[in-house]
Amino acid sequence: MSGDWPLWEVFVRSKGGLAHRHVGSVHAPDAQLALAHARDTYTRRLEGVSLWVVPSAEIVASDPDQAAELFEPAESKIYRHPTFYDIPDEVKHI
Amino acid sequence: MASLPPIDVPKGATGAGVFDARVAGERDPAHFDYLLRLGDDALVLGQRLSEWCGHGPVLEVDISLANLALDLVGQATLLLNEAGDGDQLAFHRDVLDFRNCLLVEQPNGDFAQTIARHLLYTTWQHMLLQRLTQSSDRFLSEFAHKAVKEVAYHRELAADWTVRLGDGTEESARRMAEGLDWCWRFVPELFEVDETLQAVIDAGIAVDPREFEEEYRAAIAAVLAEAQLEAPADQRPILGGRRGHHSEHLGHLLAVMQFLPRTYPDATW
Repeated sequence: MSGDWPLWEVFVRSKGGLAHRHVGSVHAPDAQLALAHARDTYTRRLEGVSLWVVPSAEIVASDPDQAAELFEPAESKIYRHPTFYDIPDEVKHI
Repeated sequence: MASLPPIDVPKGATGAGVFDARVAGERDPAHFDYLLRLGDDALVLGQRLSEWCGHGPVLEVDISLANLALDLVGQATLLLNEAGDGDQLAFHRDVLDFRNCLLVEQPNGDFAQTIARHLLYTTWQHMLLQRLTQSSDRFLSEFAHKAVKEVAYHRELAADWTVRLGDGTEESARRMAEGLDWCWRFVPELFEVDETLQAVIDAGIAVDPREFEEEYRAAIAAVLAEAQLEAPADQRPILGGRRGHHSEHLGHLLAVMQFLPRTYPDATW
């Protein structure tokens, strides 16, 4: 039966100010019940204050076969990391 | 530093929290009965729903039903512990002493029948708890403030499923209609006011369910209309649960629930 239901990806915001994080997926016949299932499956232990559900089919993923061309070129470009600056002591939270 | 003189403890009270302490025998019998009615409703419905654990139609629904069951058992724990020794009341009381309504002890049937029972009970329970927040009894008022949020979710989820099953396939609509039909005759009992209940209503402790009967009927009718379902025809009401006259189903439920603590009285958990 659940095989007939679409899959939804679940994102939970653990507290105000933080981003929603992917935590897993649920099967559900529609968006409303996907939220209910996500609530019952992933927030039973006070894990969150907000939920997103997204139809899994709507997520566009990069192709693992393209990993070499997509990600490896960044490996040799350490100058893209902002590690060459002296940060004044007065600046906090960086 | 000089120590404070010992506090005089009123006779019959326990040492901890003198003003909160329960004094045995002080509570009015109707008040005690009201705690049992609410507590037994929650306990029996929670136990019923827990029977789905591992048998849900899909994994997500299985978890969802188990959550609902745990909410109800939690409510029962608070209510029965307020009435007395919660474990003793839950596990060492016989069927004639249970005060739950007949609706909650009805068998699960299929998923649609379980949803029908949950819709009919939690819509009533939600309306009751909304008003019970104003109870003159501090415990019941605080309890209602806490539980009303849980039950609002139960009511909404049951309504969501009723609409999806009723307005679903031919088979799901038929099963939903049959589930409602099974449960319908137990609804009038929810609005029955006997002498015991009247006494706690007069004392400002309990809610008079007749105050919201019309609102209840309208709310159920709205869900059924959205679900494309006809309300079942009114049948001869079946009453008696509040007086301990239960259907045969409750005895079987209690046999399963009470077996372990009765067989192994020393068991701890």
